[in-house]
Amino acid sequence: MEHMGIDPGRLQFSWISSAESTKFVEVVKDVTRSIKALGPSEHFVKSKAKAA
Amino acid sequence: MTGYVDKIREIAERLLRECKVDKVIGFRRGTVPMMNEPCIITKPGEAAQLVWDGHCGINLANYLTDRKERIGVVAKGCDSRNIVNHIIENKIKRDQLFIIGVPCQGMIDRHRIAALASGEVLAVSERGEEVVVQGADFEQTLARADMLQQNCRVCWHRNPVIFDEMVAEPVAEQSGVDRYQDVRHVESLPTEQKWDFFEKLLAPCIRCYACRNACPLCYCPTCFVDESRPQWVGKGQDPTDTRTFHFLRAYHCAGRCTDCGACERACPVGINMRTFTKKLEKDCYDLFGWETGLTLETRPPLDVYRPQDPGSFIK
Repeated sequence: MEHMGIDPGRLQFSWISSAESTKFVEVVKDVTRSIKALGPSEHFVKSKAKAA
Repeated sequence: MTGYVDKIREIAERLLRECKVDKVIGFRRGTVPMMNEPCIITKPGEAAQLVWDGHCGINLANYLTDRKERIGVVAKGCDSRNIVNHIIENKIKRDQLFIIGVPCQGMIDRHRIAALASGEVLAVSERGEEVVVQGADFEQTLARADMLQQNCRVCWHRNPVIFDEMVAEPVAEQSGVDRYQDVRHVESLPTEQKWDFFEKLLAPCIRCYACRNACPLCYCPTCFVDESRPQWVGKGQDPTDTRTFHFLRAYHCAGRCTDCGACERACPVGINMRTFTKKLEKDCYDLFGWETGLTLETRPPLDVYRPQDPGSFIK
């Protein structure tokens, strides 16, 4: 993904067990924070089909 | 290389006559120049149809998927590696196959010849180290070594890795080739330029799926791009969908691709989609020391867990 030009900051991998709810919450907060900081993505955004 | 033809015909004829196999899969002359087509022969008398030259770039392992008969198959280096991969993935059994091994000297890049020719190419023949291109009102002689497909130029395995009978002595493997120069070039670019590089690469794509159909790895009964419930990816030519198709297809080939070049060869608009698969091939080589299709003994890296597997990206 990174190789084809996706911003590495937008790629997140985590290993969370179903028992690790606190880790899950932390990761979600972290990811949301870092993605918000990056702003809206310009790639992989599909423009809506033009209405007739 | 044309000397192989007689031997291929002789072996095919013998196999069919002695009923060792039910059919032989090989190449016959295509209807247009530089495009030999795969053919399946079932009678000894048909063996004379078979040919071999520098236009046999299609990967014949593609025609073995889920077959139940006993099959004789003509295989160059990359075909044989894909056959190994097919056996590993239970798509065919080793004892169904009689592999006619062909030492390969590289296949000719049809896109390149067409681009260099002064007009419409009507015939292409090989004379030793030269390729003679003929059209209605011109004849050009080109050096064979310069006309090879890009994947053949950096090939490490020209000789079949698995075979029952060889048609000739093995050829010398190429040494000192820098296999991943192009991948390293892309790796060295900053993120935005990487994006632009692939954007430009895929711009001419018409989503004909010739690359997928030519690929021996793409044997899923329903491809993810054809599925409509759920529809994983849009079916039009939106750049986002085109890119999704290409990079997902590449991912499906991770640890399985032998860089046979069938996809690139099949492409009607000349996209080098190997730039995607080669990165994954390089990663498999760097991270797992894995080269696809060299042995029947070892399971592919994405198929087994080993404690020493790299995994620092996951936390």
